[in-house]
Amino acid sequence: MCKECGCGLPGENPVGISAEHHEHGHGHSHDHDHDHGHTHEHEHEHAHEHAHGPGEHHGHDHDHAHTHPHTHSHSHTHGRTEHDEGHEAVAGERRTVEVRRAILDKNDRLAERNRGFFQARGLLVLNFLSSPGSGKTTFIREAVRALQPKLKAGVIVGDLATDNDAQRLRESGAPVVQITTGTVCHLEAEMVSRALKRIDLNGLNLLIIENVGNLVCPASYDLGEDLRIVLLSVTEGEDKPLKYPPVFQLADAVIISKIDLAQACGYDRETALANIRRVAPKARVFETSAKTGEGMDAWCRFIAEQRRERSERDPLNV
Amino acid sequence: MHELSIMQSALSIALEQARQAGGTRVHSIRLRIGALSGVVPDALEFAFEALTPGTAAADAKLAIEHVPARFWCAKCAREFQADDMFAECPECHTLSGEIRAGREMEVASLEID
Repeated sequence: MCKECGCGLPGENPVGISAEHHEHGHGHSHDHDHDHGHTHEHEHEHAHEHAHGPGEHHGHDHDHAHTHPHTHSHSHTHGRTEHDEGHEAVAGERRTVEVRRAILDKNDRLAERNRGFFQARGLLVLNFLSSPGSGKTTFIREAVRALQPKLKAGVIVGDLATDNDAQRLRESGAPVVQITTGTVCHLEAEMVSRALKRIDLNGLNLLIIENVGNLVCPASYDLGEDLRIVLLSVTEGEDKPLKYPPVFQLADAVIISKIDLAQACGYDRETALANIRRVAPKARVFETSAKTGEGMDAWCRFIAEQRRERSERDPLNV
Repeated sequence: MHELSIMQSALSIALEQARQAGGTRVHSIRLRIGALSGVVPDALEFAFEALTPGTAAADAKLAIEHVPARFWCAKCAREFQADDMFAECPECHTLSGEIRAGREMEVASLEID
């Protein structure tokens, strides 16, 4: 099936990425298989099978000499302990192998690679997380518009299916790439790295990643972002931060959205703020309405400030 | 339900490490899962049973070591354990945003032959 847009029947990798409505360039998907083809030449295919995203297929054989030294060092680090024990042990004897390896190690390494890429391009990257329906897409669309005079943004949006959100986000004028994850309930660093190849980053200084609407799973996956933003609408109940602590604990900023509906749904502001503070005492909190524009100025100032701070700290930016 | 994909990653790390250490069978896999990881141990057990048949870990036992959440209180200059995931210092009741432990999701060790 088409690995670019995720259309067709789900295959082993149903994740789709589309920069426009639907580009049925099916010829491309065959090229991607070459990525896997060349890993067979080497023993260390695990360390780098994702190191080559689709779209890098051409001319790869030549590049390989350069990329390999990295993969060797990975394998050695991970294999160090059990190699030692393995040599001493007699085959067939029951023994313990110390592994001590993060389960999401591969994702974490790819996220670090993304982070380096973002830094080199001077991009401030935000990862937006929330429940479905809390207003991420509308907030992002309006934030992109409001920031436009100062910052030029691109958006990567993840959903299980459809490119409806991408269509809505394009109304802001920003370049948008849709990732359709099929059945996967969160974005992973590898999906983002593939999506980056479909977005023209030239001239952009802000990249917004709208994660799949879900308050549990996306929290575990680093995408390489600078800031993690959690959105909570006034209609969801003031105790949501207490119900889903992990996602709030990692938030750099919490946006309370749809405050234009606060009165209608009997929103208790003090309780909501106290609950957020309890779980995420360091997070900056913004109370906003993308519909009326309330609170958007404060948010835009925060983002512009974060971007400035980062570029001042960046040694590449002299 | 990301426990299934997390278990899939854990299992592939375990099988690869077992193979590298010259093992043919995996008897047990020990994971360390933090209280703040957002992962439910029961769901991991379920995923483990679904994923191991037909692999070198087909008869393996899954052991999950729970890692409690620990935070740093800057005011008291000490670490404290929080059993309810909320980071309130038991001494001074200040809220802490500094997580010291509890986010772990790790393949700790294997038993193989």
